[in-house]
Order: sequence, then structure tokens, then C-alpha cells
Amino acid sequence: MQGLFFSYFAGATIVSSILTVGLRNPVYCTLALLSAFLHVAGLFVLLNAEFIAAIQIIIYAGAVLVLYLFVLMLLNLKSDEIIVQRQWGIAIFFGFVVLAEILLAFFKSPLIPKDAPAPSTPLSPLGNTEALGLSLFNEYLLPFELVGIILLGGIVGALVLAKQKPGR
Amino acid sequence: MVPLSNYVILSTTVFVIGLVGVLIRRNFLIILYSIELMLNAANINLVAFARYTHTLTGQVVTLFVITIAAGEAAVGLAIIIVLFRRRSTTNVDELNLMRW
Repeated sequence: MQGLFFSYFAGATIVSSILTVGLRNPVYCTLALLSAFLHVAGLFVLLNAEFIAAIQIIIYAGAVLVLYLFVLMLLNLKSDEIIVQRQWGIAIFFGFVVLAEILLAFFKSPLIPKDAPAPSTPLSPLGNTEALGLSLFNEYLLPFELVGIILLGGIVGALVLAKQKPGR
Repeated sequence: MVPLSNYVILSTTVFVIGLVGVLIRRNFLIILYSIELMLNAANINLVAFARYTHTLTGQVVTLFVITIAAGEAAVGLAIIIVLFRRRSTTNVDELNLMRW
């Protein structure tokens, strides 16, 4: 049963990402990206990471995509006649080469227990949110604070960049 | 149970699709979308490994990656707004102010 769900979510993620990269109209690409985000959230639920799935939907589908759509509508883009660069064939061939290379490196590695799937017990007796909260605020407190500073830098940077001079 | 290699193949495929999207497209916004796809592929990989080694580190790092992706999206969109005001185009080939 899990294999069926994984097949659907994985197939839909791959199809959505191909559509995101390949469609002509940018608004259609945004909708395909939304579909990819939601199916990735489904994959997170399959992997017993319910909090990450909720965060994925709230932040990616709810904030990042809305921001992208806002800018898309603000710039009022039309679809271009040519959507790809001149060297698109070489880029696709390069993509296949990189895919084969990474998969070869993974499957030849002696470190990964590929043939022993994990037992289906949950990660800990706590829920996913509680375990993540304990880990985030005890063990990973410093990276947590640093990511807060990065967010502050992002906010200030975006405001400073996009601000128009007064009197214009 | 789904073996780990399935998740790795899926994550690598989505990553390569995003990579090809960054290389191929001329519209700056679609390049940003492809970067988001690559970050999502890394997230899938991290959460899958966290599940199969019974640790929580992968999920914590996934939270950080999602946060940084959101910050990067904001700054990237600010850049494209500023560039669009000057040049009225989002075609990356025409953003050549620094070419010598």
C-alpha cells in the first residue's frame, strides 16, 4: 500500500517538475510548481515527517508561491516566443550525464544499506513536532539563531533593494 | 516498505530536472522556480535519510533549508523587480549591464 502511494507521489512530483521547467506561460509554470510542492509534502507524510509536511505546505505553497505570483502579476509578463536558450540540447544531455553519475556513485557505494529497509516503527515515542522542537531548541540552538539572522538579512535586503527613491 | 534507493533516485531526478531548468530557460522567474525545485529535491533526500537511519538531524536541516529558500526567494524577487524597472524585460540574456 505504501508502494502505491509512493509511486503516485513520486510520479506526480516528476511530472510536475518537468511541466514547471518546460511550459511556456509563467503562470502555468507556477501552478505546476504548486503541484510539485504539494506532492513533496505527501512524500514527507509517507516518511513519518508530518511537521515538515505541514511546514512545506504553509511556507512553500502558502508564502513563497504567493510571493512569486505577486511579482508575476506585478511585472505583467507575457509569454515569450522562444523560451529556451540556444544550447538546450547540450544542457539536457548534460542533465542525463549528471543523473547517471550521481546514481552510479550512490549504487556503487559500500556505505548505504540499500537492501535492508527500515522497520516501520516510528522514530520515537514522542510525536514528530515534539521531537523536532526538543532537538531544535537544545541541540541545534545555534543554527536556529543564525537562521533567524539570515531571515533578518533577507528582509532588510529585499526592502533596501526594492525601495524607490522618494520623489520619483 | 519502500527502499531508500527509490527515494534517492526520485530526489536525484527532480534535482537534475531543476538543474536543466536553470541552464535552459531565458525567463528569470522560471530560473528561480528551478532553483526551488533543486532545494525541494535536497529536502526529499534529507528527510528520507533521516527516516532510514532513525535520527532527527535530517529533518532539522530540512527546516533550515526551507527557511533559507524562502529568504532567497524574497531577495531574488527584489532583484528582478529592480532590474525590471530599468530594462522592462525578464530575459536573462538582456541583463548585461556588467558586460565589458
